[in-house]
Order: sequence, then structure tokens, then C-alpha cells
Amino acid sequence: MKLTGAQALIKSLEMQEVEVMFGLPGGAILPVYDPIIDSPIRHILVRHEQGAGHMAEGYAQVTGRPGVAMVTSGPAATNIVTPLCNAYMDSTPIVVITGQVPSTAIGTDAFQECDTTGITMPVTKHNWLITDAQDIPRVVKEAFHVATTGRPGPVLVDLPKDIANAPMDWYWPETVDLPGYKPTTKGHPRMIREAARLIGEAHRPVIYAGGGILKAHAAEALRELVDMTGIPVVTTLMARGAFPDSHELCLGMPGMHGNYTAVTSMQKCDLLIALGSRFDDRVTGKVSAFAPDAKVIHVDIDPAELNKVRRPDVPIVGDCRLVIEEMNKAIRDQGGTEAQPDRSAWISQLRTWQKQHPLHYDQPETGNTLKPQFALERLRDNAPEDTILVAGVGQHQMWSSQYWRFEHPYTWVNSGGLGTMGFAVPAAVGAKVGQPGKTVWAVDGDGCFQMTAQELVTAATERIPIKVAILNNAYLGMVRQWQELFYEERYSEVYLSPHLPDYKMWAEAMGCEGMRVESPEEVDAAIDKANSIDDRPVVIDFRVDYREKVYPMVPAGGSNDDIILDPSQGEGGR
Amino acid sequence: MAAPARHHTLSVLVENKAGVLARVAGLFARRGFNIYSLAVAPTDDERFSRITIVVDVESAPLEQVTKQLFKLINVVKINELDPSTAVERELMLATVKAEPSTRGQVIELVNVFEGTIVDVGHDEITVMLAGRPDKIDDFEALMRAYEIVELQRTGRVALPRLERQAPRLHSVKGA
Repeated sequence: MKLTGAQALIKSLEMQEVEVMFGLPGGAILPVYDPIIDSPIRHILVRHEQGAGHMAEGYAQVTGRPGVAMVTSGPAATNIVTPLCNAYMDSTPIVVITGQVPSTAIGTDAFQECDTTGITMPVTKHNWLITDAQDIPRVVKEAFHVATTGRPGPVLVDLPKDIANAPMDWYWPETVDLPGYKPTTKGHPRMIREAARLIGEAHRPVIYAGGGILKAHAAEALRELVDMTGIPVVTTLMARGAFPDSHELCLGMPGMHGNYTAVTSMQKCDLLIALGSRFDDRVTGKVSAFAPDAKVIHVDIDPAELNKVRRPDVPIVGDCRLVIEEMNKAIRDQGGTEAQPDRSAWISQLRTWQKQHPLHYDQPETGNTLKPQFALERLRDNAPEDTILVAGVGQHQMWSSQYWRFEHPYTWVNSGGLGTMGFAVPAAVGAKVGQPGKTVWAVDGDGCFQMTAQELVTAATERIPIKVAILNNAYLGMVRQWQELFYEERYSEVYLSPHLPDYKMWAEAMGCEGMRVESPEEVDAAIDKANSIDDRPVVIDFRVDYREKVYPMVPAGGSNDDIILDPSQGEGGR
Repeated sequence: MAAPARHHTLSVLVENKAGVLARVAGLFARRGFNIYSLAVAPTDDERFSRITIVVDVESAPLEQVTKQLFKLINVVKINELDPSTAVERELMLATVKAEPSTRGQVIELVNVFEGTIVDVGHDEITVMLAGRPDKIDDFEALMRAYEIVELQRTGRVALPRLERQAPRLHSVKGA
């Protein structure tokens, strides 16, 4: 069967069971947009290419399937670099297809030409510049394989316009042949036994669960491990939802804005069981002072993560689910629950810390002051079970992670590693497309919202009814917080104004329901109304107290022992 | 003068595809690893090329370098070559001042080092010398006394040393 390169590309995406892609056409990708008309694949027309990339990420994070974005050459390709880098940092599988100028024009500074594969090389797991239409099915198959296996990540396929127009003989490859790509998935049996032995000897162990748990679909295996051993769990920003917050052994989020117990449990533990986590600087604080007495078991599918930051006593390369399942077997072989040492002193210590240093804020009973945490708690308590929460980056993101109760995997979408402001709105659109049956709330900051709000036009047009709660404190709040604490309250370029733009009118102009909440009494009614609307996006502008800061806090580069608590709980936690 | 011990040689087998060298070199740059020398050419199997990289291991632990390198999809195999377990060679071309008064001395040194004179001018000669990198370092140092006009080294190439054990003898069936 003769096809054009463009037809072969779309057919290849169909063979990969792609059901939706996010994109925006332009000159170099024009040939590929023609066969889209005849394809069952749904195409969602975005308003900015960055939105297409983040939508693909949101889709991937809630479905576990690769998100697909398609844009043209030059500026479109550069606009999607941010989502690629974001997906690279957070190991999210997305496949980005970019148009390129005709191969004969490459290197001539042609109109809308840029070196897309060169620019994206450091922010993709791999990328391809197609030079022969006959290669298209093979490359698409390889691209999806690389994106979704091993440590997942973004890939990019760059397709010159003449190649898209060139004829090819259709085929579909059965297998991929990548001699340099063979991810290790099965952990080393001896190391797994050694891990089980260390677990059986530890009196103050903590499981440090990372995003790899979700990538590997290891939440059930983790649950089994915890229930068998009684070891408490901290869930990193990327792992919220991987272990239910309601579980008595869930300690919540560690790190720079983690709660006191989660942070301190890691500092004081004698065994740190790192599962799909990477000792990020926002978790460890000052590395030399991090978990000083702990032996470390580190499980990761990416060998380069082992001994990158902290030397593990037991390194295990492998898929988190497979390794944890084997570890569970090994623990059972070594006596299971009965063979675990008595850890009641450790658990009761953790309980004491939880009682002494809970998360805290003061919502005044009277007056119009609205605390952002209060708005979040009301949002949480009124949200249907299974609601997907999406956040941007900044204070609102940290409060979201702190105050939401995550009970199910894949219900939390945020930008962890790169910290991309503006992530929330497009990622929420992608999440809602991937899980149309679930309620999707985006919690956003006013600064973030202004970066990507135009994708609400996409949402309104395509009838993707997401809900957005703007915690509008009229500041770039996290930067303000640092300036307050570390720059002697010298506020430099952080004020944004609460009513310019008018978020309610802006939302309405974009085809959404717009609301404004200026006092605590109005909160519930607005949330109820938002939850009742299911035919268009909703935006609530919560006017919140700009003075509120995110606590606890470990100052950047500081030791986790020097955690700063909410002022009401006094200085330091020691 | 041998390359100081902080240098380590990696022999990296890569797929012979466009852009692979850029991927490898880019990785070194963005992870903050320094390259001391680099040599690339296809192997006997045209699907693969071999990149011999001498790494400054003070810039980053060698383990991180190789692990990150191995994550590149086009990298098929990495051998860490210790000078004691590898055969390392390098080639140098050098144009040296050789006026009539010193020409005899220069030629004598070239002969001692088993180099070859590949070009001769009025008062300069160009010498080719192949050998162990430390031998080339020594020759280069000696030539400086006569003034080096231009010099180009290839960067080292290396292969692992062969097994020293004698092959085991097997009886041949039906003999």
C-alpha cells in the first residue's frame, strides 16, 4: 500500500492506539494535518504550543499512557521546549511531533527553521530527525517504545515537510531494534534478599516513596509491603497519591515544605528505603546532613540515580513494582510480619511529632480575611471522591500538596522537577481529556494563571469542563515569601494586583463560568456552584490573604534539622 | 610526561548514525564533565563507530559519567580502559624548525623515537610519530627546544589488552 509520509505518520499513531493529540498546525506540518481529518484520532486545537505539551503531560500523568502533541517547526518547536524539559524532569512519557522545513532547506536559515533536534537533545530521552519517509513507522514505533519503557520520558520526532509529502510503502514493524537500549527491569535477587534482611533488622525505618511508584504501577505492591512490615511511608511531591493519606502509616510529604514528622522521620531513621525516588535537593536539603544515621536501600530503574547523590548500602536497579513484589516475597521468606522487630517506640515517637507539629494556619472567625489553606480545605471536603487535583508552581502548589487528602494513585498532577509556572491550566485540560469521568480541579496562583490562561479558550471550545481555583494573593507569593524571610522584606518586582486583570471577566470572556470569592462565607456556595457545572469550565477567583506563608520550611541549602515551623509553634523543632 | 592519573579512558561503541557525536559531547558539557581528548571513527562493522574519550575524572566521578553515557539510546557498549589493561596509541604530526645548524639533531631525535619525516621545507620539517601517548609527550617536550611551528595530535585510541592465558586445548572429535 502506497502512502505519503504524512499518512504513514497518522496511521502509525493509530497503530499505537493514540486516541487524542494536542496540537496547533503551521507551515511545515501542514501535510500531516490533512490526513487528521480522516483519522479517528481526536485532535485538540490549542492556543499556544506550550499548552499542547503540558496537556500531553497531564493526559499521560492520569492515564499512564503516552501523551501526544503535534506542532510545526521553528517557533512552535521552541514553544514546546518547556513542556519537554518539564516531562524530562518528571519522567512523564510524551511523544512530540514537530514539522521541519524541507530537508533540502535544512541548514539554510529557511523561514521558521530551527535546529529542533539539536535544541531538544538535552531535554528529551531521545529524538529523531526523519530523513526518509520509509522510516516513519519504524521511528514512531521506536519513539513510543523509548518514551514508555525503562525510566519514562519525553521523545521528539522531527519530520521535514518534503518527507511528509514523499511516497512510502506502508508496513508496521513487529518489534523494535535498538541495540543500545535494554532497560533492566528485574532486580538482582541477592540485593533484594539483602534489602529484606536490612528491613528485618531496622528499628526506625522509613519508606521514601517517589514518583517511580506511580510510573511503575507499584502502589499495590507498596501497600502490601507496608501492611506486612508496618513501616511508615513518606510520599514525595511526585508520589502524592501513591500511598493513601488516610493510612495510619502515611506521614505525608517530606522536603523543603514537608510536614515536620515526614521531614524529621527521615532525619532520625536508621533505614531509608528509597523506592523510585531520586534524592532531589528539595527533599534532602543539605545532603551531608541528610538522614545521617540511615542505611539506604535505593530502588530505581535508572542506574544513574543510584549513588548520584547518596551512596546506597543496597542499590537495586529495576522496575519498582517488580522489585517491591520480589522484596515482599523475600520478606515473607524471612518470616514476614512476625519476624519484624518491635517498632512501637519509633511509631509512638512519630505520633508524638504529629501531635506536636501538625500543619497549622489561623482562619479568623470574623472579617473578610480568607486564608488560602481554608479555601483549599473547603475545596477538598466538597470535592467528589477520586477528584484529580492539578497545581501550578509556587505557594498554592505546596498548600495543595499539604492540605489535600490523596487517597488514590494518579489523582495529583503537578510540575515537580522543573517547577514550571503556568503548568496547571493546560495540564488540567489534558487530565480531563484522559479521565473525562472524573472531576478535575486545577489550583492555580494568580501569577501562574496569567501565563497559560488562554488554554481555557481551548477547554471551552472543546467542551472540556475543568475547574480552576485561583488562590489570588496578588503576588508572586513564593518569591515574596523568600524576600520577606531572606531579603529583609525588600520586595522586588513581586506585586501583581488583585483585580488587574479582572479574573471573573477574563474567565467569562473565554467562555467559562467566572466567580469571585472575597470572604470566607462565600467559599462554600462558590464551590458548590462550581461542582454543579459540567458543561463548561469554571474559574473561581479566591481573594486570599497575601501575608500567608508556606510552613514548615527548610531554607534552601540548609539542613533538614533546621526546619522552620509555623510561628505559632515556636522557632525550630529540636 | 604521561597523562596524569586523573584521566581515564572510555571506549564507547555507538550506533553509526547522524548526530551521535553531538549527543555524546553534549552530555559531557551539560553534566559538567570535561573531555581531555576524543577520537571517533567507524569500526569494522559499519553499523557502529567507536568513540575513545579520555575523561578528566576530577570533574565528576567516572561512575556518573558512564551511567549517564549509557542512558543515551545510541550508546551500545562502554569499556573503561585502565592504562594497565589497555593498549593505547596516538598519532602526532608536528612541524618543527630545522635550520641547517640544528637539522641533524632533529632528524637524529626523530630516528630515536622511530618517527617519520613526512614533509621537508627550507628550514622546517614535518614529522609523524605514532605510539604510546607518553612517548609522544616525551618527543613533544624534546622538540620544544627546536621550536614547534605547528602540532596536531589525534587524541588517543585504545582497545583492551588481550587475555594472557594460553588457550585451552580441546580434543578434536573424530581426529
